Amino acid sequence: MKMNDMAAAGPAVAAGGRQIGEVVLDLQNISLRFGGVKALTDISFDVREHEIRSIIGPNGAGKSSMLNVINGVYHPQEGRILFRGEERRRMEPHMAATQGIARTFQNIALFKGMSVLDNIMTGRNLKMKCNLLQMALYWGAVQKEEIAHREKVEEIIDFLEIQSVRRTPVGQLPYGLQKRVELGRALAAEPTMLLLDEPMAGMNVEEKQDMCRFILDVNDQFGTTIVLIEHDMGVVMDISDRVVVLDYGKKIGDGAPDEVRNNEDVIRAYLGTSH
Amino acid sequence: MSDIHGQGAEGAGSQRPLDTFPRLLMHHAAVRPQRPAMREKEFGIWQTYTWAQVAENVRAIACGLAQLGFRRGDRLAIVGDNRPRLYWSVAACQCLGGIPVMMYQDAVAQEMVYVLQDAEIKFAIVEDQEQVDKLLEIAGEAPLLEHVVYDDPRGMRHYTQSLLMGLDELQEAGRIHDRNQSDFLDREIAKGASDDISVMLYTSGTTGKPKGVCQTHGAFIAAATGAIQFDKLTEQEDILSYLPMAWVGDHLFSFAQAMVAGFTINCPESAETVMIDLREIGPTYYFAPPRVFENLLTQVMIRMEDAGSLKRRIFHHFMDVARRCGADILDGKPVSGGDRFQYWLGKLLVYGPLKNVLGMSRIRVAYTAGAAIGPDLFRFYRSIGINLKQLYGQTETCAYVCLQPDGQIKLDSVGKPAPFVEVKLADNGEILVKGPMLLKAYYKRPDATAESINAEGYFMTGDAGFFDEDGHLKIIDRAKDVGKLADGSMFAPNYIENKLKFFQHIKEAVTFGAGKDFITAFINLDLEAVGNWAERRGMPYSGYTDLASQAAVYELIRDCVEKVNADLAPDPNMSGSQIKRFLILHKELDADDGELTRTRKVRRNFIAEKYAVLIEALFAGRQSQYIETQVTYEDGRTGKVAADLRIEEAKTFAPQAARKAA
Repeated sequence: MKMNDMAAAGPAVAAGGRQIGEVVLDLQNISLRFGGVKALTDISFDVREHEIRSIIGPNGAGKSSMLNVINGVYHPQEGRILFRGEERRRMEPHMAATQGIARTFQNIALFKGMSVLDNIMTGRNLKMKCNLLQMALYWGAVQKEEIAHREKVEEIIDFLEIQSVRRTPVGQLPYGLQKRVELGRALAAEPTMLLLDEPMAGMNVEEKQDMCRFILDVNDQFGTTIVLIEHDMGVVMDISDRVVVLDYGKKIGDGAPDEVRNNEDVIRAYLGTSH
Repeated sequence: MSDIHGQGAEGAGSQRPLDTFPRLLMHHAAVRPQRPAMREKEFGIWQTYTWAQVAENVRAIACGLAQLGFRRGDRLAIVGDNRPRLYWSVAACQCLGGIPVMMYQDAVAQEMVYVLQDAEIKFAIVEDQEQVDKLLEIAGEAPLLEHVVYDDPRGMRHYTQSLLMGLDELQEAGRIHDRNQSDFLDREIAKGASDDISVMLYTSGTTGKPKGVCQTHGAFIAAATGAIQFDKLTEQEDILSYLPMAWVGDHLFSFAQAMVAGFTINCPESAETVMIDLREIGPTYYFAPPRVFENLLTQVMIRMEDAGSLKRRIFHHFMDVARRCGADILDGKPVSGGDRFQYWLGKLLVYGPLKNVLGMSRIRVAYTAGAAIGPDLFRFYRSIGINLKQLYGQTETCAYVCLQPDGQIKLDSVGKPAPFVEVKLADNGEILVKGPMLLKAYYKRPDATAESINAEGYFMTGDAGFFDEDGHLKIIDRAKDVGKLADGSMFAPNYIENKLKFFQHIKEAVTFGAGKDFITAFINLDLEAVGNWAERRGMPYSGYTDLASQAAVYELIRDCVEKVNADLAPDPNMSGSQIKRFLILHKELDADDGELTRTRKVRRNFIAEKYAVLIEALFAGRQSQYIETQVTYEDGRTGKVAADLRIEEAKTFAPQAARKAA
């Protein structure tokens, strides 16, 4: 309901008041191979500032590989990646993090024995300025810094409406809430770009609706650019600004949800015609 | 009535009597500016607002409202969870001589239309986007609505509707106005009078349309003052405000009493965190419906089952001790030295830590009301040293009629008439009350007002009851449900059914007997409880109907029925109400079949008609009866269940006191 309201509130501006800006991430002719297996072949697309960009495709189409390329986990053998106009050469995942890219994982990757609060706090890692010795002594600027980080974390807890489980170990939470905590940890890094790998997999309808609302709210309130991998076509078509369709490592469609929906190749890929 | 006003807060010096809520608020801001008036947990940390800050904020909201065009007598709708700013809005509205109308925050939009239209609401202050969406959805049906002010701006950035405004903006505008014309609001407050309407609370409307109950400042101040004297409450109390603001109990406990006594109210972070917040605050004064106490106890028991065997044995040993002497120690009755020592040890090892876990370490007075509380539940809390008491009241009486005095607690009474309240019984047993806390009128319903208040000024509660030998009021039933047996003795079906339902094996019970020689009952099993019981004894069963027909189950239920009979026998008013014959129904009573209301109350007449053959068999003394019943499944299909129902007798007991002449 909220989603519809938002769209209705300002039809002139895409899904709210945010302005879709310049291209921030430009992927040109990316090819990725694992030995003889071609994971991605000659893929080009771009992501604009403040938009919600979805990557869809059948199982094994190369969606997660694509995300891992953006994130610096995999290094494509061919192609160029331009991030904010600069070409990336050698790239490690932690560099992506310092550039303001945060992500969530398809299989939840949280510290199961730690509380929700502590898990989200780990997302602040890169923002912490004090060194290990200072932290161990818990003296001087450290206290002040921790209070500031804690405030930020509490804002995120409030934003995601998980106050009631603040002190609960993550392992005890239901799946849908764990996914929300994972989103919280990604948000704690205050990213400018958020990579979400199937944030709605395995959720029931209500949990999906909640998650959609949070994604839209993040995009709207913090202006975060979102790259989303998702299986649920309904969700993708509802919330995305533009969609890229992959199949067998190749790009078969790219454009606004409506264009993609009517694309012959996409329909064929999803209906499972033989290749 | 004048002797009541100002009792809660004396020493106002030369000022006018403290007979309205705005005056009380300004008084507290002057005499205890730095005491905490409200706390709210925000971003994980408790934020405190002192009386001075509350007064400043209320002034700002009031001035802001006045600038929007809010006039004396206007109604202000307030919708949301228990938030300080919403309580401030109530007070701000009262400063301007307006009438706050609280609405249930979980009501769907369509349910809100009625109140908006009935109260002719032009202004609303709501908590958040969720409530704004609801009001916008129905704005077309409530054309008078001009302004909707929201507290929490989250998600509201792209709303462009002209009737919307943030509470922050409103307060900012109000502050400027208050600075420029500081005497404006003081003049408005001075115009208020004790018999002005201070609040409008809607009845639940189980019988017909909801009615707006108009209560005056004087009524609520009297009710609060009386309760404060009765329980010796001070400005030091802490209370957790988590029940709906639209409910009369919350308005009395969290608003009126706090305003009169000057104690602190604490707003939980969200509805889901109430139990955590309860522990952190450790209130000294607490109110909860029986359901909440029951949930807490269940959680404790489940966790005890998981504990190690030593801990479990310590727990059960000391709970036995507590059951034996805990309540007596609390009531100051004589208890043997040995028991006293054991209880002291138990307090150290079990009760103290347990109360701490429940967040009840500091509780001096706790109340429950709203539904019948189970005897075991009530005894449990009292035995571990929590001063849990019962009260009785309605929306029309500011939830203030009877209170249980300390040390004189009886499980099945609601206590003695509270200070300033006069209670008497009509010939048919209906409870009539009179006092300063009575409603002024139902809003725009002079007919209903005239119907509910009789010529001598007594409010007719619609409940039937009687006074026991110690002058404690016992509520037995709704007056219209109370009937008479053929011999003229009283028959109160709900009273007996509630006693039956306190047994965990019985889910529903329906009793019959009006105009007959004795009382009979239909019993509905609690499938989960009885199913567990059957599994533990290795009894096979295929489903509800099968289980309900087994002889061992009849044995189990007969035991419960006989316990109820034994309980009823000594009571001279009730000994005639023992159940002589009963049967276990072959199907569960269901709202889909029209046998229960949606709130799970039995529809007595409907059931009597539908199962007329069974009732006839019960009274005719037959041993069994065949019946075929149509049932509606959840997907709307219908089917039939047929069974040959067994009818059994239960033992009845001779009354110990003289029975009413037959």
